This record gives sequence, C-alpha cells and structure tokens, in this order.
Amino acid sequence: MIRDITIGQYYPSGSIIHRLDPRIKLIGTIVYIVSMFLFDTFWGYLVTGLFLFGIIKASKVPLKYIVKGLKSVIILLLFTVSFNLFLTPGEHELVRIGFIKITAEGLRFAVYMGLRLVLLILGSSLMTFTTTPNELTDGIERLLGFLKVIHVPVHEVAMMMSIALRFIPILLEETDKIMKAQQARGADFETGNLIRRAKAMVPILVPLFISAFRRAGDLAMAMEARCYRGGKGRTKMKPLKYKGKDMMAFCVLAVYILAILGVDRYFPMI
Amino acid sequence: MALLLDKVSYIYGGGTAYEKQALKNITLDIPDGQFIGLIGHTGSGKSTLIQHLNGLMKPTSGTVYFNGADMNAEGFQKKELRSKVGLVFQYPEHQLFETTVLKDVQFGPKNLNLPQLEVELRAYDALKMVGISEDLYDASPFELSGGQKRRVAIAGVLAMKPDVLILDEPTAGLDPMGRDEILDQIEKIHKERKITVILVSHSMEDVAKYVDRIIVMNKGGIAFDGAPKKVFTHYKELEQIGLAAPSVTYVMHDLNQMRIPVATDATTVEEAKQEILDWWRNVRERIIR
Repeated sequence: MIRDITIGQYYPSGSIIHRLDPRIKLIGTIVYIVSMFLFDTFWGYLVTGLFLFGIIKASKVPLKYIVKGLKSVIILLLFTVSFNLFLTPGEHELVRIGFIKITAEGLRFAVYMGLRLVLLILGSSLMTFTTTPNELTDGIERLLGFLKVIHVPVHEVAMMMSIALRFIPILLEETDKIMKAQQARGADFETGNLIRRAKAMVPILVPLFISAFRRAGDLAMAMEARCYRGGKGRTKMKPLKYKGKDMMAFCVLAVYILAILGVDRYFPMI
Repeated sequence: MALLLDKVSYIYGGGTAYEKQALKNITLDIPDGQFIGLIGHTGSGKSTLIQHLNGLMKPTSGTVYFNGADMNAEGFQKKELRSKVGLVFQYPEHQLFETTVLKDVQFGPKNLNLPQLEVELRAYDALKMVGISEDLYDASPFELSGGQKRRVAIAGVLAMKPDVLILDEPTAGLDPMGRDEILDQIEKIHKERKITVILVSHSMEDVAKYVDRIIVMNKGGIAFDGAPKKVFTHYKELEQIGLAAPSVTYVMHDLNQMRIPVATDATTVEEAKQEILDWWRNVRERIIR
C-alpha cells in the first residue's frame, strides 16, 4: 500500500524530456506555474492543456501513472471547487436551495479553478517524474549559486535536500519490512479503535527511528571517511552544461508564453 | 501435508516501469518435519517465496495451501496462520522495540491473546532455547551484542510455538562462531520440537551439514530440489547460476581426477574425511600384503 504513492517519484523512460538539463526543467516548471495566472479565458486553458499534453507525450511517462498522483490531493481539489461553486456571488442565479445558491459566475469560476489546480499539479509532478532527485538538487544548487555572494550555504542546503530525498524510498522500504516482521509476530494494524491502532504503531515507529538514526550515522561516517567538508573547492564529475536540446526547450517555452499572451488578448472571451 | 504451493506466480509493481516477475509458476510440497535449505542467488526470489508461506504476500496467480486450506481465501484466519508458520526475517534484530528482552519476546504470544502465565512461560522457554542467560532478561534489547540481539529476535518468533519455522539468512553478518552457534541451536530446536524448518541462505556450505532437502532457486523458478548429495552432483550447473557446491565436493572431484577412487557425493568435511581415511586404510592394507 505504501508503494502506491506516485507523486514525487522518478519514472525512468530515457525520453528527451528526461535528458534535458535540470535547470531548464526547473525554470520551465516555474514559468509554467506563473503562466497559469496570466490568462482568464477558455483559450488559455486550451493552449496550456495542449502544451502539457505534448510534454507528457514527449516524456513517455504513461498518462495513467501521472493522473494517479492526483489521488493524494483530491480532498483539496474538492474543497476548492465546492467553495468556489457555492460561495461566489453573482447576478445570474442558476439553482437555489435554501440559503445555498449557485450562480453562473460561481460555476465558471469553480470549473476554471479546478482545471487550473489539476494542470498545476500534473505539470509540477511531471518534473519529478522526469528528473532524478540528484539532478534536481544539482539544478537548484546551480540556479541559486548567486546567493553564495551573501553567504547563503547553497551547497550544504542542496546536499541536505538530496540526502533527505534519497532517504524517502529507503525509509519506506524499511517501514514495509518492519511492518511485515511485526505482522509475522501476530501484530494487527487494521482492527480496533483509534487508541488501539495508535498503540499498534509503537512496534513500527521505535525500530524505524532507530534504523533512521543508524543509517544517518553510517552515512555521516562514510562521508567523513571520504574527506567531505562542505562545498568549498568542491568540483563536479558531471558539471551541468546547456546543450542544443536545452536551447530548443527554451525556445519552446518562449513560444508557449507568447501563445498564451496572444490568445488571451486577441481571442474572444468565453 | 503442511504447506503446498500450486502454480504460484508473483509480479512486483504490475503495470509500472519497475514490473518484475519474482516467482514463476512454482509448485512445491513441504511436508511436516523436514529440515529444508532454500538456496539461491541474490534476487532469485527466495525472500518473496517465503513471504507467501505465511500469507504476508498474496500470489498474483496460483494458490498456497496450509493443511489443505487455501490461505488467501475469504475468512481464513491469518493471525492463527502466522503463529503456526513463524517467519524470521533477515536481520531480525531490527524489529526489536520493547524496553526489556523479556517483554520483546512476549510480544508475539501476547498478540495471540493467551493468558499472561502462558505468555511468560513461552517467553522463558523460547529464550532458554536460543541460549540467552537469565541475567539478560531485564536488559534493554538495544544493549546486547549483535549475535545476542539476533537470538532474542528469533526467540520472539519461537515463543509463538510455530509448526513451521522459516529463517531468512539467519547467519548474515555473524562471525563463524556466532554462525555455528545459531545453526546448531536451530538444529536442536528442529530435533526437540519436531517442527519443519526452512533455512534460507545463499551458502551451500552453511546448510549442507544440517538439512535433509535442498531447494535451489534461480530467476524465480526452482532449479533443483532433492537431498543435498543429489543436488551437489549438479555442481557444474550450480556454478552457472552463481552458486557453488561445498568445497569438499570440489576436493573429492579433484581427488578422483588424480585417480584416487573416493566417492564424490560427500557433503560435509566429516564425511569427506571418513571417505579419504577408508581409502587410505585400503591402500595401506594392500601395501602390507
């Protein structure tokens, strides 16, 4: 059941999107998120949707797999849509039950808000599907490199991030193993009231914490044994360099932004 | 007939990029009272297979029977099954969590809702069986040495009085002395309680001395299944799948090549020694005559 979490997981398919420089993917994602707030018409959603669909096709990550990631935010989505639906004031009343009323403006707003959120989540999850955690932190480190001037420990923060990300699957696997080991000793996590179930977590949490500390200690020791002492004077085996396909990606991004602004301005409002 | 697997297959991560078939159409019969060695290279499916034996994993296709009942059928008592088929995972010391050794061993029997007296008796009994001395009963399990921790963890499963005991690499990471101690104790438990024991390992050397049946797994299927002597005659094929027969098998084959007629099916150093001594006695007698 733990393995079902798909959001923020890498999906290797070796596509062109996977091989892009992580910096362009980061910039692209930020631009994409910002672009969601640049338009207010149906045409904008159409262009964004087509753009996202094109990128998903190019990334060769199955659509089914990406959509699965939406499951974890479904509650948030429902809340946003229903609040917008019922609480938007407007002139054209469609339905009225007691004090609850749905207006045409509210309906339009709710649908657009829902669409916007879905596109936002799908777009940003696509980045983690196509970029390994290590590439991602490399990219962040380079993009934020200018902060070193004001003594922000960019490298250290990036290193902490990549270690934290690296530990997620390890700890998930460990949890799975410990759960099974305790189940083999007759532990029961599924039945009983809330207090009983919380108590049943102790045999999982204690070994999990101990193993997390042990792993962290081992890792610190291994890093020190290889003379790690922070980012100063440290070079990379594979330094990030923009290549032809990255320039192409920048162009695609620019065309997308121009298209968004164009349709929002010159096409009739729907 | 205690455990029976009928055409069991298991696929990890079905429908994703990580899809991998871990078990391929396995049919296996494990009768009561056998001491079995389950051998295979890393990733051959051993660990997946044993988790099917106590219902922790459900086969993608096929059926697993325990005493004639399908263990994944609706309404089958999984908790009772897990007390009957005890599974000791790899590095079992990582599952310890209680404040004292005794309390940790009591966790299993307590989950079976036994009366307190019975729970305590079983815990004492299990700890004695794995050779933990009484002065350690009230110590924190985290203060013990690696070998002691592992024995406490094994006691935690033994305290449930299983009919089938499965151990996944119980000797991993132990020194030779700790390894022999644990394996000797397991053999003793097998003899005294007359339970089925399945010992998972990647080392033929470890298990050859103890078991009366070896099952060799390769790439999710069963490559060989039989008495150690019979399995080791395939030592060339075993090498091809990344395993090896015990060193004595090689010594005996080499002796044969040097025209010294010794039987090549010795599996332990003790048997090999006897075989060579017999041959030597023969030669000596011939020379004297």
